[in-house]
Amino acid sequence: MPFYVSPAQAMRDKAEYARQGIARGRSCVTLQYEGGILLMAPNPSSALHKISEIYDRIAFAAVGRYNEYENLRKAGITYADITGYQFDRHDVTARGLANYYAQNLGTIFTESIKPFEVEIVVAEVGEQPDGDQIYRITFDGSVTDEPGFVAFGGQADQVSAVLKERYSAGMSLAKAFAAALAALSAPGNGERSEVTATQLEVAILDRSRDHRTFRRIRAARLEELIGESRSIGSKTSQAPADPGSPAPSADPGPAPAAGSSPPAGSGPPIGPEPSGSDRGSGLGGGAPPDAF
Amino acid sequence: MPGSTGPGRRPPASFMDLQTSSFADVLASHSPGLLPGRAPGRGADETSGQAIRDLPHATTIVAATCDHGVVLAGDRRATAGSMIAKRDVEKVFRSDEYSAVGYAGTGSVGIEFVRLFQVELEHYEKMEGRSLSLEGKANRLAWMIRGNLAAAMQGLIVVPLFVGYDEEVGHGRIFSYDVAGGPYEEQRFHSIGSGSVFARGSLKKLYVDGMPVRDAVLACVQALYDAADDDSATGGPDLTRRIFPVIATVTDDGFRKLSEGESEEYAQQVVQERMTTPDGPPAPLRTAD
Repeated sequence: MPFYVSPAQAMRDKAEYARQGIARGRSCVTLQYEGGILLMAPNPSSALHKISEIYDRIAFAAVGRYNEYENLRKAGITYADITGYQFDRHDVTARGLANYYAQNLGTIFTESIKPFEVEIVVAEVGEQPDGDQIYRITFDGSVTDEPGFVAFGGQADQVSAVLKERYSAGMSLAKAFAAALAALSAPGNGERSEVTATQLEVAILDRSRDHRTFRRIRAARLEELIGESRSIGSKTSQAPADPGSPAPSADPGPAPAAGSSPPAGSGPPIGPEPSGSDRGSGLGGGAPPDAF
Repeated sequence: MPGSTGPGRRPPASFMDLQTSSFADVLASHSPGLLPGRAPGRGADETSGQAIRDLPHATTIVAATCDHGVVLAGDRRATAGSMIAKRDVEKVFRSDEYSAVGYAGTGSVGIEFVRLFQVELEHYEKMEGRSLSLEGKANRLAWMIRGNLAAAMQGLIVVPLFVGYDEEVGHGRIFSYDVAGGPYEEQRFHSIGSGSVFARGSLKKLYVDGMPVRDAVLACVQALYDAADDDSATGGPDLTRRIFPVIATVTDDGFRKLSEGESEEYAQQVVQERMTTPDGPPAPLRTAD
């Protein structure tokens, strides 16, 4: 066991460790639509949340180790509430919050023995679409501005590719929902089975609401949107990887990616869900109330 | 958690090591200077006492339970000594979806308390993923008032009146406080402030158990009018400037503040009737059999 490790090596090792932890989990997507911002992640738990409200117009989404991002979520809420109380509610911004997270994560990455295996997104809905903001903060405190849409965690590249294909500015909620669902169902990102409402965590920042814009989409409304996304999905063109297949059928089946892709085995191996990511020691709270 | 040693910026330990979902507790440990109730310097002498007496004070709040909810209403006047400091103060606020709070006492401190209370309730809800129970909210408010005791003893008095719709039991509830805290649950109706004595007398004769919301609102407006009639520190409806009591209802549909138009409607009705019966509707002398 060496007594000395070069700082460069130590940092590389930490970064690799964190990246692996984040890639083991499932992806999450955030995208703008005409009425606000949609956040979606696969999540079979109804009590432990990956997507949360931070402030009036600001939401938080995370992938990675649950207890670590739960800490960040709570710290972010506290930061926002103190800023809003000290100054005014309008003085709390996603940008400020993103910088706060960047500082924290950067310090943790450098000074802790183990970095946080998390990647988070902070989104803010504006009065108008051009005021919407999406920031992604990585485990080492890097912040990126992600206009329009972002996929992170898990097999982010593949999810992002599908999302990029299906995203367009000013979509309706139903179309944005369908795009997000299709992206998350992309090959290589967990099971491609029929997604039901109990396996998804979905929330929006609704531009038109007063005061607190964050709303979870659950139960009946979620089922409705899933149903609508299937009918939207069957109308879109086939994936380019399968040019020889017949035209899309009229009956609403699963998302086209699942229907037209080659059988399982050709994509990257999907390992078992490790116990560390996306679950964890935290108990979190109960499900938030529907009406805010 | 980042317990490593070393220089450089560390995340504020109080944020990352949080064990509490109480915003007021966070302020107490992290930024106690932001809490209300920062008592003025010791030895409050005559001049500082006078300074405090000259701070605007705010004055009659009434609450009445009704069918499926509770009404909270307040007048609009703030006095500083013998002068009217403000004609259109709002003293009744939404604290969260199913509760409301009004205050009597020093205006600026009252506003601060309301703000802190609103953030306290919202903070808890965001952290825990559920709202506090109505009693939990009432207790948090008592704790905050208790924290203000030192300042209250030097004249910066604030006393709130807290109402809410309790979803568990399905009716409205009222909680009152004194300067050292509380809460005291009140039945049927209650009033606080310098005009509360007159408002309570009025409500005593007008209130009916289980009255519909509209009637409870009207009863509260009558009570505020009577308070303004006898207490110089309570303002009646200002017809020329169209400044009327702030009226809020909290029912199973949640908090709703009546619009200025609706409030005006109730106030005008009361004023018109008072043109013929200045002391208001007389209560029957005997209970009907």
